[in-house]
Amino acid sequence: MTKVTMTVNGRSVAGDVEDRTLLVDFLRSNLGLTGTHVGCDTSQCGACVVHVDGRAVKSCTMLAVQASGADVTTIEGIGTPEALHPVQEAFRENHALQCGFCTPGMIMATVDLIKRKGTDLDEATVRHELDGNICRCTGYHNIVKAVLSAAEKMAGAKAAAE
Amino acid sequence: MGMEGIGAPVKRKEDRRFITGRGRYTDDIALKDMTYAWFVRSPHAHARIRSIDTSAARAAPGVVGVLTGADLAGDKIGGLICGWMIHSKDGSPMKAGAHPAIAAEVVKHVGDQVAVVIAETRNQARDAAELVVVDYEPLPAIVDPAKSRAAAAPQVHPEAPGNLIYNWGLGDEAATDAALAGAARIVTLDMRNNRLVPNAIEPRAAIGAYDPAEEHYTLYNTSQNPHVARLVLSAFVGVAPEHKLRVVAPDVGGGFGSKIFIYPEETVCLWASRRIGGRPVKWTADRSESFLVDAHGRDHVTHAEMAFDADNRILGLKVHTIANIGAYMSTFSSSVPTYLYATLLSGQYDIPAIYAEVDAVYTHTAPVDAYRGAGRPEATYVVERLMETAARELGVDPAELRRRNFVRSFPHQTPVIMAYDAGDYEAHLDAALKIADYAGFAARKAEAKARGKLRGIGFSCYIEACGIAPSQAVGSLGAGVGLWESAEVRVNPVGTVEVLTGCHSHGQGHETTYAQLVNERLGIPIDQISIVHGDTDKVQFGMGTYGSRSGAVGMSAVLKAIEKVEAKAKKIAAHLMEASEADIVIEGGELKVAGTDKSLPFFQVALAAYTAHNLPAGMEPGLKEGAFYDPTNFTFPAGTYICEVEIDPDTGKTEICSFVAVDDFGKIINPMIVEGQVHGGVTQGLGQALLENCVYDEESGQLITGSMMDYAMPRASDVPSYNVTTTETVCPGNPLGMKGCGEAGAIGSPPALINAITDAIGNNDLSMPATPEKVWRAIRAVA
Ligand code: FES
Ligand code: FES
Repeated sequence: MTKVTMTVNGRSVAGDVEDRTLLVDFLRSNLGLTGTHVGCDTSQCGACVVHVDGRAVKSCTMLAVQASGADVTTIEGIGTPEALHPVQEAFRENHALQCGFCTPGMIMATVDLIKRKGTDLDEATVRHELDGNICRCTGYHNIVKAVLSAAEKMAGAKAAAE
Repeated sequence: MGMEGIGAPVKRKEDRRFITGRGRYTDDIALKDMTYAWFVRSPHAHARIRSIDTSAARAAPGVVGVLTGADLAGDKIGGLICGWMIHSKDGSPMKAGAHPAIAAEVVKHVGDQVAVVIAETRNQARDAAELVVVDYEPLPAIVDPAKSRAAAAPQVHPEAPGNLIYNWGLGDEAATDAALAGAARIVTLDMRNNRLVPNAIEPRAAIGAYDPAEEHYTLYNTSQNPHVARLVLSAFVGVAPEHKLRVVAPDVGGGFGSKIFIYPEETVCLWASRRIGGRPVKWTADRSESFLVDAHGRDHVTHAEMAFDADNRILGLKVHTIANIGAYMSTFSSSVPTYLYATLLSGQYDIPAIYAEVDAVYTHTAPVDAYRGAGRPEATYVVERLMETAARELGVDPAELRRRNFVRSFPHQTPVIMAYDAGDYEAHLDAALKIADYAGFAARKAEAKARGKLRGIGFSCYIEACGIAPSQAVGSLGAGVGLWESAEVRVNPVGTVEVLTGCHSHGQGHETTYAQLVNERLGIPIDQISIVHGDTDKVQFGMGTYGSRSGAVGMSAVLKAIEKVEAKAKKIAAHLMEASEADIVIEGGELKVAGTDKSLPFFQVALAAYTAHNLPAGMEPGLKEGAFYDPTNFTFPAGTYICEVEIDPDTGKTEICSFVAVDDFGKIINPMIVEGQVHGGVTQGLGQALLENCVYDEESGQLITGSMMDYAMPRASDVPSYNVTTTETVCPGNPLGMKGCGEAGAIGSPPALINAITDAIGNNDLSMPATPEKVWRAIRAVA
């Protein structure tokens, strides 16, 4: 067992884990943050995406010990039911989810995508950038719409703030 | 239409918990003292189990128990069942082999479970499973359905000689043969409907919890139909008596059919919890396990002949299909290639004679059962590939050939059981032709050619059947269950409402659409309405959600219950306002006396029902009503899909340039949700046609496409944005006029895409999935 400490959604946490424990299992089992999902075992589906030190990471592909000392944000940390993140709001507005299982990963990947690529996005870029996230329900149509609309709203909000 | 009533694109109530990571799926549930199960699975496709040594595993750290098939048999836990009896042409019942929840003597496919290890942690269970020593005697295996009937083929079950489960027929063979004999032209096609892995993104999971004090069992399960699970697990498998078994299907991350069935793993979790003294046992599939043991879809090998007269009218259709059932008969496997398939072979067309014969065969592969569309995609593929092929061979426009043969008057009795109740096939064809700018296609093709690209267009005019029913009819065809639905509407004393339904939402949005129906009728805001589903302790009985039945059947049951609530509320209001019951109308959340300014808010009537201080003489207190609804017929959604593609002749890669879907789903509750269902269904269909293929090795029987690295799931960059719209003919078969929309996309889209690709490359000989390599070879074959 190895002791890990990290900041998760702004709270410092610690735990004893086996060396082989994946970050996603630490988040789900040790911390009870079950919003981060596991949809595959080959790093393909993206249901597990979280942010580690500000970058999108597939938490099924990182050991908990590798994240020791890091700043981790999960779906539970980017917005609350009362105060949604603009990307969360856009997913709801555009019916970009059905069963909701891929949704946390999609949202975390989208937040990262807008951060990296900016708010001036086109459909082809969004589709290409979301290749690491699989959704079996929505056919992506409304996810793409949601991402574009979130980017637009965030650009508007930024402009208004300046 | 009110803001929240029928027809309004209301945003989903359920979304808030999902977008904030607060959904509650089976694997999110942690019970006190929970243990974890890991299954030991066969590495062989077919082998005799000589012995199993569990001693090292038992001694491993954290292990609570190791159980085998012998333990299961010792406890008299029965095998899993197939719930639809099919009779062969010769009248004999289907020949089903045994399906033990844990194999004790012979394993029949790669992944078949031979033991289960229960431990304190999942990793400990997994580690200890490695220590279970199984001595196998490997046996030859057969995986190809087309070869499984050969005399020399290895046998899967002794009960089914020659691996034949049934040889079933539907329609008039003599009349069809006569039609073929008298035809001006016969179009022939051999097709393979490729085998698919459903891959709902939430893997299956189960938690079994036994309470020794009450002798009561609880199962948390990724199920589309928890009541059916409870019935089968109690009445047939014998794990627990029905009144001592609660099944809860919480949030479920997609199903597409694969979570209908009663599988070995949940059976074992329940039983194992009792065996280890009542600690809960949780199992969550790895995706690799999902590939091995979830029921797969499709896998048909078909030969079809369609006869035309000199005026290009269809005279007859003859179809022979070999359907791969896999190694065991899954819960509804027998119905898929029979009553859900051959009954739709008339398509949208007036065909005087049809005959279909189906051989269902065992192979040493995972069970095959219903997957989004279930039989109807296979039928549509046969009919629509034939129509496109015929248009090419007859030298006529594919849209016009279809138009010439459309059914035009309703009701229409097909030669294969179905009686189409309503439709307007030309309306969606015309709308689709316009949206797709069919007239401009030739110019687009020429422009693509100038760029060195091959452009093609393909059609699919599909029909499907939803809401399988009525119960008496499906019973006479062999179904082991009735296919009605139940609902209960509970009005609380303060006027808020709970709707209990036997349907189950796993992405369909019932929490919103069912509330819209209540809002439409009672005028109560949808945030004061809760939809309760997925728990056998709360909802008395129901058949679950599949086959696009939750609207046409499930909501009709809700409506029936609402009508009873309305009737009682009107009686109370009439009494309170001293008016005649016949004069009371319900409008905007109030009960009004028509033609006066007298009214009572709904909540006051509800309160009066519960205080019971002043009710009409003899009336029972309370405002709660239940209903069971059994439809009188299937519903028949239909539509036209047009797909346009461009192919790079140097690489064989297909780009889907546009996809137009025009569907007639009858009345629609929430257009936003309906469009979402079409988007998802079309993508699954395009996935089948372009990317997905489940492959077993012919020699070893190993699953070659056993992960998302090997099995190509459609991703955002593989598909375009869609052009989706609807036409409407009201379904006369249910009070809401609805037809169902959950499967249409997956049913209609594969032939549209293959028709488009074969049009582009000028070679009709192309099988699904149309990978770049296959397309490239097909281009070269005709160059
Ligand atoms: S669970 Fe991490 S990519 Fe699938
Ligand atoms: S919403 Fe179900 S997998 Fe994406």
